[in-house]
Amino acid sequence: MITEINFLLFQAIIAVTLGSTAVYLVFFISQKEKVRTVARNILLFSGVLQTFYIITRYILTGHTPITSMHETVFFFVWALTWAYLSFRWRHTVKNFGTFTSVLISALVIVSAVVSKDINPLPPLLRSWWLPLHAGFTIIAYGFLALAFVGGLMYLVQEWELKSKRFGYFFSRLPSLQALDQLNNHCLTTGFIFLTLGIITGTIWGKQALGTYWRWDPKETWTVITWFIYLIQFHQRLTVGWRGKRAAVMAIIGFCSVIFTLWGATYLLGGEHSYAR
Amino acid sequence: MPGEKIVLLGVNHKTTPVEIREKMAVTGGYEPALLRLKGIEKCKECYLLSTCNRVELLLVSDRPEELEEEIIEFLFGAEIPREQSSDYLYTYYDEEAVHHLFMVASSLDSMIVGEAQILGQIKEAYRHAAGLGCTGALLNKLLHKAFSVAKRVRSDTGIGSSAVSISYAAVQLAKKIFGSLDGKKVLLIGAGEMAELAAEHLVGQGAAEVMVANRTLSRAAALSKRLGGRAVSLHELQSQLEHVDIIISSTGATDLVLHRDEVKAVMRQRRNRPLFLIDIAVPRDLDPKLIELENVFLYDIDDLTSVVEMNRSEREKEAVKAVGIVDEETLKFQQWREGMAITPTIRAMRGKIDAICRKELERTCAKMPEISAKERKRLEKMTRSIAAKVLHDPLQYLKNDDCERSNEKKVYNLRNIFKLEDGDDDAS
Repeated sequence: MITEINFLLFQAIIAVTLGSTAVYLVFFISQKEKVRTVARNILLFSGVLQTFYIITRYILTGHTPITSMHETVFFFVWALTWAYLSFRWRHTVKNFGTFTSVLISALVIVSAVVSKDINPLPPLLRSWWLPLHAGFTIIAYGFLALAFVGGLMYLVQEWELKSKRFGYFFSRLPSLQALDQLNNHCLTTGFIFLTLGIITGTIWGKQALGTYWRWDPKETWTVITWFIYLIQFHQRLTVGWRGKRAAVMAIIGFCSVIFTLWGATYLLGGEHSYAR
Repeated sequence: MPGEKIVLLGVNHKTTPVEIREKMAVTGGYEPALLRLKGIEKCKECYLLSTCNRVELLLVSDRPEELEEEIIEFLFGAEIPREQSSDYLYTYYDEEAVHHLFMVASSLDSMIVGEAQILGQIKEAYRHAAGLGCTGALLNKLLHKAFSVAKRVRSDTGIGSSAVSISYAAVQLAKKIFGSLDGKKVLLIGAGEMAELAAEHLVGQGAAEVMVANRTLSRAAALSKRLGGRAVSLHELQSQLEHVDIIISSTGATDLVLHRDEVKAVMRQRRNRPLFLIDIAVPRDLDPKLIELENVFLYDIDDLTSVVEMNRSEREKEAVKAVGIVDEETLKFQQWREGMAITPTIRAMRGKIDAICRKELERTCAKMPEISAKERKRLEKMTRSIAAKVLHDPLQYLKNDDCERSNEKKVYNLRNIFKLEDGDDDAS
């Protein structure tokens, strides 16, 4: 029974999420307010379905569904969707939803094509630290992904303003100020969650493996990522790094995130590669 | 209502030079003019619009041709020769008149297409006309329709979102950089007229303070007073760079006023806050290399012109969409009018009775197979004359020109009694 519900929920999520992206694209082209409201409501519905999916998956597997590649990517989708919705609740950035929903759809497709098999949980991971450590980290990824999308939008808009070619995107993209604020907000939130993820990870590592830090590839890459964001964070506070530089840093940082998530797992192996 | 026609007469900025329009404009307010129009015999309903770009009349009359002479007299007065007036005046009837009114209300006939003022002016004019009882059922309906068409055009197309001018372009660019202009500081270098206009626009959009630096300090002081800011000397330029967000430069200097390295040095103190520079001077005041600096956005007069052009082509696309809406609404209005007209109602009534007669005749004849062709003819004649006698009084009621009931009311009553749907008109 729960297996079927779980299966149906996932199919529904694919349809609803792709549907919301399609409607967002229609809005992007037509620029009609009503269409955007529809798109946002569909995305909200998708977010609710995603939450239910994670709950059913929890019941199925008996642990927080964040250990296989499918589960991790799906959790990422969930974090990104809710990070966006929470951001949208406080701030308005023109057409940000369109770009974000494209990324969400792409990640949903990735989670759909990788194996959805349920693997038994290795004894090492049977701990309450699992949801905390992995949860914090993936929520951080959600916000960092938003900063990445904002960074891309910033670079396009800045290029249009500087080259004085006021093309198709000029009127459809928000102001540089709004994008820079988005960058600041999402990087700060993401950075805090990433830090929490690392701290909980080290404590857990000490408990389970007897050592805080083991320099396994994923840990190494997480530290690299963390330092990239730390530099940006520091520079903004001290000398006011903003605009293009902040956008580029958000993009580099997110590439590092993606490499940590996939590259480190598939190419380099190590303790964290349970998450296949 | 058989001959009742909507007529639109007028002149606008396209057909008539401003010297003529000046003489025609309704100077003494709407009321005396409307009362004069109302006094004209055979003019059942009227409405008058007078703005700086157009003077237009809407009339409802049975014999508009006979009115024309009087209306031209009313419009052009004695000062303009008759033969000349025909060059300026345009006259539209019925469908064309409706179309033209919708175009005007939607700001598609304006000098600056998409400007929002015209709708307010039409509403104002209508308020006067309705207040004096000049408009009746037809014009009331037509003008209300015009308001809703204009509203639809505004909400369904982007026609209103871009008006044209250099200052407008500057504001548009500033908004793409700063988001909102609230609290932004503006520095004018040179106190030219165009700079003043742009600064006014920026202040209107929320800019907090305008500083004016000029070679002659008295002129700077006068301008800054007008804009509610303060004057600074040209020597202070460097120190001001740290605080301002927008600089508009328009000096007559032959050399550059601001160099790349001067601005670069100050960006760190500004903590990289964006700087928006507009150079409307020819030759240029601001170093073209400034664009290389991060968070510095420099535009000269040609760049702004290209923004204006972009607005124009964007607007033209929207205008095509808007005209489509106007066409559609004109057609709808015509259909409504035809539905209310007498002739189609008569036709529909006749059609309905004829159909009943034919049907009953067939049924009766089917039961009498031995009936001869001659007898059948006689029966047909009888049903036809019954139908005609039954219809006689209702038709008299419709055609009768009594003043107590309006034509619409009569048509409405009969359509209800005979249960005529809109589609019945075409069936017969």
